[in-house]
Amino acid sequence: MQSTRKYTVSLLILLFLTVVIWFLNIGLGSVSIPFDEILAVIFSAENSKETWRYIIMDYRIPKAFTSVLAGSGLAVSGMLMQTMFRNPLAGPYVLGLSSGASLGVALVLMGASLFGGIAGAVIFSSWGLVIASSVGSLLVLLAVMIASIRLKDTMAILIIGLMFASLSSAVVSVLAYFSPAAQLQQYVFWSYGSVGDLSWNELGVLSFFWLLGIGIAIFSIKNLNSLLLGEQYARSLGMNIRKNRALLIISTSFLAGSITAFAGPIAFVGLAVPHLIRQVIPVNDHRILLPAVILGGAILMLLCDIVAQLPGSEHTLPINAITSLVGAPVVIWLLVRKRKFLF
Amino acid sequence: MTENRTNIVLKTENLKIGYQKKHLQIVIASHINVEVKEGELVAVIGINGVGKSTFLRSISGVQNPLEGKIIINSEDKESISSEKLAELISLVLTEQPVSRNLGVAELVALGRQPYTNWIGSLSEGDRQKVRTALELVDIDPLKNKKCFELSDGQFQKVLIARALAQDTPIMILDEPTSHLDMYHKAQVLKLLKQLSVQTKKAVIFATHEINLALQLCDKIILMKEDGILQGTPNELIEKRAFESVFPADLIIFDPETRAFRIKT
Repeated sequence: MQSTRKYTVSLLILLFLTVVIWFLNIGLGSVSIPFDEILAVIFSAENSKETWRYIIMDYRIPKAFTSVLAGSGLAVSGMLMQTMFRNPLAGPYVLGLSSGASLGVALVLMGASLFGGIAGAVIFSSWGLVIASSVGSLLVLLAVMIASIRLKDTMAILIIGLMFASLSSAVVSVLAYFSPAAQLQQYVFWSYGSVGDLSWNELGVLSFFWLLGIGIAIFSIKNLNSLLLGEQYARSLGMNIRKNRALLIISTSFLAGSITAFAGPIAFVGLAVPHLIRQVIPVNDHRILLPAVILGGAILMLLCDIVAQLPGSEHTLPINAITSLVGAPVVIWLLVRKRKFLF
Repeated sequence: MTENRTNIVLKTENLKIGYQKKHLQIVIASHINVEVKEGELVAVIGINGVGKSTFLRSISGVQNPLEGKIIINSEDKESISSEKLAELISLVLTEQPVSRNLGVAELVALGRQPYTNWIGSLSEGDRQKVRTALELVDIDPLKNKKCFELSDGQFQKVLIARALAQDTPIMILDEPTSHLDMYHKAQVLKLLKQLSVQTKKAVIFATHEINLALQLCDKIILMKEDGILQGTPNELIEKRAFESVFPADLIIFDPETRAFRIKT
């Protein structure tokens, strides 16, 4: 845990990249708007074209912020899980947290119509969606946690995660079978993943959970470093395992749950970003790793969103497909690489 | 006599160790009364499954004892917080999921965690302790390497350096010599001997290297099915305590050479 200063430059470069790509993300889209006009809309009150103003202020900027929150939040939850389980393949999507969250969302979106209109109306608000989704991911994470205490095996944990994923998708299928077409469609579109549908209000709700999760992670930095030695050593260094594990679980499931609620199940960002960052900045110290992973997650998500928008065309690809295209090769590379479990 | 008493860093009184499974108590060993003084090198010896690891886990706080008292620096362990305990006992464990991607100096520096601020920044004093630990264990040339580049013997030394950096009066090691060849076993045990003399730490370790332990240790805690004995190697040899450590059909203890040999 020495010479953290030499990494400050790398962090500043990442920050600079994030800002540049953020502007790029806002600049590119199906409607092409000249870049100076974009700056004019953001930085001055002067009215340029009203439609452009609308596109930028009410669509592209919330979308860019959502990308930043979703990418960084998922990446951090992946990093927390990798350190907590001492497992390089852990991540919110792989271990079934996203599936748990999907189940929560499916219950709200499709279950509402089954359980009667009034109950549906009460829970169907952005807060209700987030809470259902967070609870879903929390339950899966708890189950995986319990399994990981009993089974010390890396692979066993992944298989448990996989089983929970298929369990919850089975329940979702049953729900879908009994749901009216409109709700089903709503769920299907949600499950493609999208960072572009959030209003400023919803963005506020997401930010709240993001701050909560990231805040806990920041206060856990020292303990996360102890956990690099494994739980027994961490305990011998004075860390209260039970309390801190609970905090980390809460942080992880709030991050994964709230992001999944709003942006859909986004694959692989949580798993891939910490590894990509470790390739760029070879560091284990969470004092450097945490901010680097936050910025790296934001960058990757902003880039994926740019690609998903297919700039200049009228079509938009599901963001989930793009992140999988980036993330799946990373997993394969991790498994094939010789020193696969050295992380 | 009074001077002796202040030197005692670890003492157990009628300790009973084992596991509590709901209402069922699985007792591994009981009536453990041992004393360890500062600067002593103590080997815990016994046949597989007799409870060496459980004993070490119990005194180091990883596991709660079933009954009895553990007194550390004349304070009951029950009343010591886990933060404070981290400044009294350091551990060297085997087969932990330690990140091999850590740098050597980085791993050793983690030993300073109990003393650092909320985010774990090292002060100049902490850095000095890390340097001292690296020098004591003689791995200073390795400090810029990553742990996955090290041999098993070197990595074991790094873990010992980490425990040294924790700067505790007691250091506990669980089978620090397993997986090592005979030369490196001797090297690690020699190192432990040297550390106990130089740093005045009480070094307690479980081992299967009885022959080496008899040559190096100040005290031996001998765990057997029918009870626990402690004493200097000579005392225990005189009591003919080693004769019954293992079933007598294959190996026997030869007091002349102070070593076990295959029965002929």
